[in-house]
Amino acid sequence: MPIEEKTFEKPLELDQMFVNMGPQHPSTHGVLRIALHMEGEVITKAEPDVGYLHRGIEKLFENRTYTQGLVLTDRLDYLSSMHNNLAYCIAVEKLMGIEVPARAQYIRALVSELNRIASHLIFFGTYGVDIGAFTPFLHAFREREMIMDLFEMLCGARLLYTYMRIGGVAKNLPEDWTAKCREFTGFFPKRLKEYDALLSFNPIFMDRTANIGIISKEEALDWGLSGPVLRATGVNYDVRKFEPYSFYDKLEFEIPLGQTGSTWDRYYCRMREMAQSAGIIDQCLEALSKQDMPPDIIAKGVPKILKPLKGQAYGHIEASRGDLGFYAVSEGEFSPYRMHIKAPTFINTAILQKILVGAKIADVVAILGSFDIVLGEMDR
Amino acid sequence: MGIILEKTPIILNKIPGGTIALTTADFFINWARKSSIWPLTFGLACCAIEMMAAYATRFDFDRFGVFPRPTPRQADLMLVAGTVVKKMASPLIRIYRQMPEPKFVIAMGSCADCGGPFYDSYSVVKGVDKIMPVDVYLAGCPPRPEALMYAVQKLQEKIGKMEIKENSGATAGQESGARREL
Repeated sequence: MPIEEKTFEKPLELDQMFVNMGPQHPSTHGVLRIALHMEGEVITKAEPDVGYLHRGIEKLFENRTYTQGLVLTDRLDYLSSMHNNLAYCIAVEKLMGIEVPARAQYIRALVSELNRIASHLIFFGTYGVDIGAFTPFLHAFREREMIMDLFEMLCGARLLYTYMRIGGVAKNLPEDWTAKCREFTGFFPKRLKEYDALLSFNPIFMDRTANIGIISKEEALDWGLSGPVLRATGVNYDVRKFEPYSFYDKLEFEIPLGQTGSTWDRYYCRMREMAQSAGIIDQCLEALSKQDMPPDIIAKGVPKILKPLKGQAYGHIEASRGDLGFYAVSEGEFSPYRMHIKAPTFINTAILQKILVGAKIADVVAILGSFDIVLGEMDR
Repeated sequence: MGIILEKTPIILNKIPGGTIALTTADFFINWARKSSIWPLTFGLACCAIEMMAAYATRFDFDRFGVFPRPTPRQADLMLVAGTVVKKMASPLIRIYRQMPEPKFVIAMGSCADCGGPFYDSYSVVKGVDKIMPVDVYLAGCPPRPEALMYAVQKLQEKIGKMEIKENSGATAGQESGARREL
C-alpha cells in the first residue's frame, strides 16, 4: 500500500514536515519513492516505497522456457546486463550439470568486467549530477560509449545484450576486437586519474560526501549488504574471490576496501574497482590469445529445448551492485517451477530507513546516490 | 536565425539597416515551438539510460534544442522511457496533467508502445497510450539514441503542421488529459 500523509498518528507540529521524494525525481535514478518525515531540516523517519517498476519478472520466468528466460534477465539490472546473463546461466548450468569450455569462461569474465566499468561509469556520471557537478557526466559517457562500441561489435546491442547462452556465449570475439579492447584498457587508467582530479578529491565534493551516511561494519553485516556498499565499510567480501566462477581464481586482482563506510568511501570503492577491472580485462585478453585454447569452441552443445531433471540450484556472482543470485527450482518441466532473484540493490536499499534518520534533507540525495540503485532489479 | 528560407512562407523586403520579414503566425509560432522542445527528465527503466546517452557526449541532444528540465511545469515533452507498471500509472497521469499546454508525448521503447517483452505480465500497462495520448511511437528494446533523435524530428514535423485553432491543435483530448480506463 502506498504510504500516505494520513498515516500520521497525530497532527503535525509546527516544525514538522512531510516531504515526498519521488517517484518522479531526477535524483532517484528511476522510480523509487522515499517518504521523509522531518523536524526542521533533520529527518526523523524515512520510508522507502518500492514497486513502481514491478514487472513481475519472477512470475514470467514460469511461463518461459529456460532459453527464453535469458531475455528477461537483461531487463533486471539494465546497467549490467552481462552480469544478469551470467548469474542466470550459472544457475541453470548448475541445475543441468553443464560444464562450460575454457574459452567461454574467459570471455564471460572479460565481458563482465567491461560491463562493470560501464556500469560504474554511469554511477560516476550521475552521482556528479546529483551533487551538482555536470562535467563528470559528459566525461563518463565519453568513455562509456567506447565500451558500448565494443559490445556492439560483439553482439549488436548497446544496452541489453543477451550475449551469454546456457553452456557458453553466443558469438566468438570478432576480428580487430582484441586490438580495440586493448586500446580501451590502455587509455582508461589515465582517464581514472583525470576523474580523481576532477571529482574524487575535489574539496567541495569531499566536504559534501565524506562524513555522511556512515555505515559501521556490524550494521552492514546485520542488514545483509553486499557489493561496494559492504566493502566500503571494510568488510572483505567479494564473490569473485570467495566463491570463484568463470576462472576468476586464475586471474589476479585486488578487492578495494573502504575504511569508514561513508558516502565518499562507497564512491571511491567503485572508482578503484574500475582500475582493477581494467587489469582483469588485460589478463583475460592475454589468456585468450594463448595457443593452448581451441579458438572456435565457445559453447558446450546443449539440447535445443532444455528440460532439467527435478531439482534446485543457486548460482550467484559479484555483479556491479553486489551479490546477485538466481535460485532455480525445476520440477522436470520445460520452464522453471520457480525462479527467485536475490537482487543486491533491494537488500542494500533497506538500510536507507536507518541511516537517513538524523541526516539533513540536503544530504538525502548524496546518500541515496551513493547506493547506485537500479529499480529494475529492485522491483523485478 | 536557423530558418530555412526555401521552405518558408515568407516575404522579405530589404530596407536600410536590415531586412523586414513577413510571415504567417502559424509558421512563426511553430518554428519557435519545434526548435526548443524541452523534455521532462524522467526515466522509468532501461530506455532511460539510452535517453541519458542521447543527452550526453557523442550524441549531444542540445543541437536540436532539446534540453532536459527536471520539473513538469517547465517541460513540453514527456519521454515515457521504459515500462509503465500499474503502480506508476497514476503518478504518471498526475505528472502529465502538471505539464503546461501544448504538451507532447513520445512513447519510447517497446514497453511503452505495447508492453514489449512483458506482454503477458500481470502488473505492466500494455502501452502508455492506454492512459494518455501519444504523439510518436518509437520501437526498439531499447531504441538507440539515434532513433530517439529521429522520433524528436518526427515530432518537430508534427509541430510544424499545427495551426492556430480554438483548441491547442495537438492530439485530440490532450488538453483535458482525457484517458481511457485502465
